[in-house]
Amino acid sequence: MLEVKGLRKVYRSGSREVEALRDLTFTVAAGELVCLVGPSGCGKTTLLRCIAGLLGPTSGEVTVGDRSGLAIVFQEYGRSLFPWMTVRDNVDLPLRQKKVPKARRRELVAEALTAVGLDGTESAYPWQLSGGMQQRVAIARAVAYEPSILLMDEPFAAVDAQTRADLEDLVRSLWQRLGMTILFVTHDIDEAVYLGQRVLMLSASPTVVQDELTVDLPAERDQLHTRADPRFVTLRTRVYSQIQAAKTGTASGAAGELSSADR
Amino acid sequence: MIKRLLLVLGLPVVLFVTWYAASANSENFYAPPLRQILAAFVDTWTPERLRADVLPSLARLGAGYLLAALIGIAAGVAIGANPRLRAAAEPVLEFFRAVPPPVLVPVIMLFAGIGNGMKVIVIVSGCVWPVLLNTVEGVRATDGVLADTARAYGLTGAARLRHLLLPSASPQIIAGLRQALSIAIILMVISEMFAASNGLGFTIVQFQRSFAIPEMWSGIILLGLLGFGLSELFRLAERHALAWYHGLRDAQRRS
Repeated sequence: MLEVKGLRKVYRSGSREVEALRDLTFTVAAGELVCLVGPSGCGKTTLLRCIAGLLGPTSGEVTVGDRSGLAIVFQEYGRSLFPWMTVRDNVDLPLRQKKVPKARRRELVAEALTAVGLDGTESAYPWQLSGGMQQRVAIARAVAYEPSILLMDEPFAAVDAQTRADLEDLVRSLWQRLGMTILFVTHDIDEAVYLGQRVLMLSASPTVVQDELTVDLPAERDQLHTRADPRFVTLRTRVYSQIQAAKTGTASGAAGELSSADR
Repeated sequence: MIKRLLLVLGLPVVLFVTWYAASANSENFYAPPLRQILAAFVDTWTPERLRADVLPSLARLGAGYLLAALIGIAAGVAIGANPRLRAAAEPVLEFFRAVPPPVLVPVIMLFAGIGNGMKVIVIVSGCVWPVLLNTVEGVRATDGVLADTARAYGLTGAARLRHLLLPSASPQIIAGLRQALSIAIILMVISEMFAASNGLGFTIVQFQRSFAIPEMWSGIILLGLLGFGLSELFRLAERHALAWYHGLRDAQRRS
């Protein structure tokens, strides 16, 4: 389980203060897949870095249980894989650090690479692979780590549309198989609705949780039919209008009416 | 293949032939014909001589260079990874770097005597700077996302050094080591010219003082060959150690 309570983050540089996150409170239940959307520049990355323990919050608290049960996938796949290591070593390194026995490590690495469809690339270097494959390596690294919580920071923002669709399905199938908690940050509304069980919408900076939506689409989703489902369209419209409202700073309003009509 | 060989060997052959032809009839005592120098080379650099003079030089070079590399990388990582230390140390480092190492030889002699220790210290005092400053730059330029990734996966302390900082700075570290290599050869010779009883630098000065001019020239040629051999060795090692870096750069250029 992941719990964020009254999280606030203020950046100080000299006498200037920028309030990136104002007051964020939400929980993600164990085994849940939650998507976080918000207008660009709303502090999504700051939030994720606070959760991952890479950044200390100004106030408030983040409860994630054991931090060593937390893995993260960044948007910049090209800069988050170690270019001096082969694919195998990249996936293996965090496990070595966690002191997993060698035989088990070999199993985990092989399983993770198979799970993301990268069999046969063990000895390649990341830069020999395409962008989508590099991001698969990063996902394999996270999966092999056997995290209880997986954080994903706009992981597919830099890959082409078709690869992106494949990777979205990959994330859902991994999540269904392995049952970890996933917090998926994105700026893509369709992606959020397609992937998540629940969508959290953030306001513009200084950020609060603007609204939240349960995605009551069937668990079995596929790119063709789910995206054409009228329910999908309704949900994405609702998220979209909330985000638009967040941008202009008028919380609820038209979107609120729509959401009450929904319920 | 043949074209490449011609390109590589072309200029050396032209220079050699030009020197050989131009000096063939030389009457100048200080610039003897190359023919004579080559004959002197074969006579002078016998296996005993190599053992007695070249080997000690190479040993000092090796010791000084390795020590400088060790100190330079260790201090460089410490300074590069620590912004406060860097702010404090950088002006001082620039000052020390600006002092030409040969002027330190007399000073170092006063403290360290005229033995091997002095020569090693002279080499270290000159070689450490390019290694140190390049390491600082390299460590400082460690990618932020990569550093975050390492932290998120619990890479701290020695593991962070070994798997993140050192490999990520290695292209710059190796550039520094390459600069240091040529400085090391120069300082090896200079330190042996001041006060020594063996070594390449000592032998060349000895030849010059006893007017054994062809032998002196042969020593200079040997030094050139030595420098060339070492830099080729270095290139081989670099190609192996930085294979990932060159591959990465090629991949980035292509896309």
